[in-house]
Formats: sequence, structure tokens, C-alpha cells
Amino acid sequence: MKKLFLPWRSLHHHPARTFILALLVCCLAFSVFSGSVLILSLRNGLYSLENRMGADVIAVPSTAKSKTNLEQMLLQGTTGYFYMDREKLDQIQATSGVLTASPQLFLASLRASCCSLPVQVIGFDPETDFTVRPWIAESYSGDLALLEVAVGSKVSAGVGEKIRIYENNCPVVARLAPTGTGLDTAVYCSMETVRHLLDAARSLGHDLKINGDPEDVISAVYIRVADGYDPEKVAADISLHIRKVDAVQTKRMFTGVSDSLSGIAGTVVWLVAAVWLLALAILILVFILMTRARRREFAVLRLAGMSRTMLRRMVLAESLLCSLPGALAGVGIGAAVLFPFNALIESMLGLPYLSPPAGLVILLAAATLLLSVGASSLAAMSAAARLSRVDPGTTLREGA
Amino acid sequence: MAIVEFRDVSRVYRNGEHEQRALDHVNLSLEEGQFIVVLGPSGAGKSTLLNMLGGLDSPTEGTILVNGKDISTLSADELAEYRAASVGFVFQSYNLIPTLTVIENVALVKEIAPNPLSSHDMLRAVGLEDHIHQFPAELSGGEQQRVSIARALAKNPHILLCDEPTGALDSETGVLVLRLLLSMARDMGKTIIIVTHNQNIARMADMVIRVKSGRIQSCEKQEHPLAVEEVDW
Repeated sequence: MKKLFLPWRSLHHHPARTFILALLVCCLAFSVFSGSVLILSLRNGLYSLENRMGADVIAVPSTAKSKTNLEQMLLQGTTGYFYMDREKLDQIQATSGVLTASPQLFLASLRASCCSLPVQVIGFDPETDFTVRPWIAESYSGDLALLEVAVGSKVSAGVGEKIRIYENNCPVVARLAPTGTGLDTAVYCSMETVRHLLDAARSLGHDLKINGDPEDVISAVYIRVADGYDPEKVAADISLHIRKVDAVQTKRMFTGVSDSLSGIAGTVVWLVAAVWLLALAILILVFILMTRARRREFAVLRLAGMSRTMLRRMVLAESLLCSLPGALAGVGIGAAVLFPFNALIESMLGLPYLSPPAGLVILLAAATLLLSVGASSLAAMSAAARLSRVDPGTTLREGA
Repeated sequence: MAIVEFRDVSRVYRNGEHEQRALDHVNLSLEEGQFIVVLGPSGAGKSTLLNMLGGLDSPTEGTILVNGKDISTLSADELAEYRAASVGFVFQSYNLIPTLTVIENVALVKEIAPNPLSSHDMLRAVGLEDHIHQFPAELSGGEQQRVSIARALAKNPHILLCDEPTGALDSETGVLVLRLLLSMARDMGKTIIIVTHNQNIARMADMVIRVKSGRIQSCEKQEHPLAVEEVDW
């Protein structure tokens, strides 16, 4: 008779009880794994956004919509554009505390015959840029020539293909690493390329609401503050002293996101904790009821010479035989629900969402298995410990 | 040769200030291969005696030697090892595991006992070789008790401890079970110790021990025990 025969036989003889135990552990594993992945993905998204921005302060035209547009572009990948005079860049650079200031120029392509897809086009100045270039450098070592573009991970165009923007065929030379933010849906190119595309758009009759020469406009200025200066004060100085410019501290821009993330993470943690406690309580109860119903069986085994340790091992084996498949199923269902539907979850939450790296996911899965099987084992052992103290002689004589 | 020796064994249960002496300075010597019956009224100390010998309890005073080894000072795990190797139990209630078939109920001791015997052989010995794949609920009371005897014997113990083994059986089936137990002593050399209220069973024993108030009242050897068939049931 094999060592696992008795536990296996017991589980097999009580299919309903076995199913309930496995289902409980499955719920436990699912809630822990998917809750952890969800929280980590949201955190990852926010960190990725903050890292990718690299700027302490961002200055945009002081129109009512520009700040909101920028935030939506960065977080949700909506398209938009707004412009201000290029001379604002010089004024910003002259502001006390500004270490580096790099302009960006935005354009949105259309869902129309002139364009292959609607995307946000972001032009950056390779001379001064400190946000986009390091990102591009991760996947492309050259400079972007006229009309060449690098695309975010969610743009449906591969390297070597061409994107049609206002009747210009732009070759894709790089595909950027995902950030889990709106930046993944944008197309990046030089300022020269955007100006070329701006001209093309205007010549096709699109009103981009540019006052003056497109050569003299920019959309936003990304600012790095010198050591010893307070970014908040620099932003306030820019907003106060430069006409029609609003500067915002990057961290402030993401405060709302961070708050939402904390709110969601808090809810998820509470839910997971509640599921855990409930499942653990039910597990303990089920094991106590189960072992109580099997008092005589355990007494027979004790009387036959099974030591308390052997008895505990047998109960543990029984618990492992049903909790391990349950935990594996829970993690599997969690993975099957979360990973294929990343984009849907991101759009439903409206927050940056970036799955953790595979190594971390595997670690999380392993930790979840350990925790779930551990909880079940704990419940089983507590019941077995109570039972192993029962006097087998009395139990069997009682005939109860 | 004495297989079991009780030397001045006492067992006292204390509950607060109340003290109950379940065994009181018991001295006993039991020989191998004998069919021994322990008689006495309820509360006389029969079960305590059986518990001591079965390694389910330890004396508060005295020494119990089994095969020359002192079991009165063994730890819980050592007592479990002793039970696995040296003693088998048969109770009035058959105590079979309902989720296991007949053969599985017997074979489970293979996971526990160090020198188990063939489960099939033991079931053949008790006349149940045709029922091995049935579950306990499908058997009669007598058949279930025979399975429990086969299970106790499958451990290959030196001593078989039986607490009212025929108590739940009709007389015809009881005779069958007793005949089986007697043959275990006569043919297999096992020491069979039966605790019972039934005076008739004592007539077929090699030795009859009478217990009263925790003391051995008498311990008499019977030179010519009756055969099972000769006993008036």
C-alpha cells in the first residue's frame, strides 16, 4: 500500500468535501494572486510614468484645456494638441532654478484617408531632450531622420513598416518598451518631422489653430530643476512671470493618479484580506468537522501503532492533495483573467497599468501557492493536533 | 516463558483532590501462546489493565515487562512503536474504516507495523477471502469482527488484546469468533488476552484472571480447558 493511499482514499470517498476544500483554496489563491498582480501593475504603471517623464516641471500654454489634454495624453493615450510661441522657451530657460528645458511639439493624426491611424505625434528636440531619447536609446541607437518615427508599444505598426500621417509615409525605425501609460500609444519623431507634418496637415485644410508660423510654435516644455531649487517654486515662478504659460510640478500632475491608485490598492488589499480570513476560517471549520467525523478512524490508526507525527503527516498529505490542485487552479484562473485582458483593465481603471516582469509574476505565483497551501496545511494541522490528543482506547471502546 | 510481567503495578487517576486507584499493586505473569481471560465487574480495572499492556497508558508505579522489555517508561512515540510491533487490538465495536474495503482495512497496518503478514493470508485465515473487495457496511457483524481480527493479526503481534470481542454478536457468531481466537493461540502461538463479563468464555481459557477494585483477586491456570464446542453457550 502506498504512503498516500489513505489520504487519497479518504478524499476520493468524500468528493463533495474534497471539492469544497479545493474550491476554497482556489478562491484564496485567486484573490491573492490577482490582487497582488493588479496592485503591482498599477504601481508599476505609475512608477513607469514618473520615470519616463524625467521632468520636474512641465510648462504648457495657459488655455483651459491644455493641462487636462496633457494629462489625458500621458495617462490614457487620447490625442490632442495645443501650441504656444517658441519665445516662451527662452523665457523659461531664463527663469531662476531651471537647469534644462526641452521643448516638445504635438500633433494628432486623424482617422481619415490621409492617415493610417489616429495617433498622438510627439516631436522632441534631440539637442536638449532628456525624456524621450533615453527611452528610444533602449531599442534604437541612431538619430531619427526626417519623417522617421519611433512608435510606442501599443501602436499597431512594426519596425520596417510605414505609418501614413497627413499623406506622408513615415518609416518606423524603432518600437519602444511598454510603459503601461498613454505614452505607449504615441509616435515619436524629431521637431523637424512634426513641423513637416504640421505643414502637410495645414495644406490639407486642417485648422490646427496655430497663430503665426508653425516654425515658431511649441506645445510643451519639459524642465529639469537645478539642485537646491524647489520644483514647486520654479513652477510657480514660471506661471507667475511668463504670460499665457502654466507650469505644473510633475508629481502634482500625478497626485490624482497616485490617490486613485492608493484607493484601488487599499480596496483590493481589504478584499483580499477579507477573502483570506473568511476562507481560512471556513478551512479550519471544515477540517475540524472532518476530523471530528473521523475520530474513530484516527483512533484505529493510533491504536494500530501510528504515532501522532505519522497521523499529522497523513492529515497534512490529505490537505496537500486537495489544496495544491486548488491553489494551482486559482493562480491559473488569475493569470488567465488578468494577462489577456490587460488593455481592458487599463481602460476600465483609467490608470497607468503595466504588468510586472515575468520573473516577478513567477515569484508571486510561487508565493501565492505557498501561502494558500500553507493556510490549508495550517488549518489541517490545527485540527490534526486536536485530534491526536484524543485517547484512542476510550474512543474505540465508546463505539461512538 | 513469561511474555508479560506486571511487577507491583499501580495506576492512580487524580482529579483535583479526588484520587482513584484503578490498579492497585498488581503482580502478574502471563505465558506465551496462552488463551487468557480476564473477568471482573464494571470498574474493576480490566480496561486499565488492557490499556497498560496495550501501551495506551503508563503506570504511576511499578514495571511492566513485555518480552523482557520495560514498557512502563516509554515515551508516547516509543509506545506507538510498541503498539505497531507487539500488540493487536480487537474491540466489541469492530472499528473498521468505512471508506476502505475489507482488504484495504487489513492492509493499512502495512504502513505502520514493522513485520506485517500477508493481508490475503490473514483474511483467508478468518475465512473471508471471498469478501476482500466489499466494504464493511456490506458485511454482517460477525464478518466485520473477523476482519478486525485479521487486521490485528496482520501486524504479526505477539499479543492480541480483545475487549469484549463477542459482546455485540449473537451466540452462534460469537462461538465462531472465539474458535478463531483460540486457533490463533493454539496454531500461531499468539498470546490472546480477552477481557469480558462472560463467565462461559473463561471455561475455555488456559488462565483465568479475576479482577476486583483494581486488585487481582485470583489467577488460576486451567490444565484442561474446554473446547469451544463443549462450552454451554
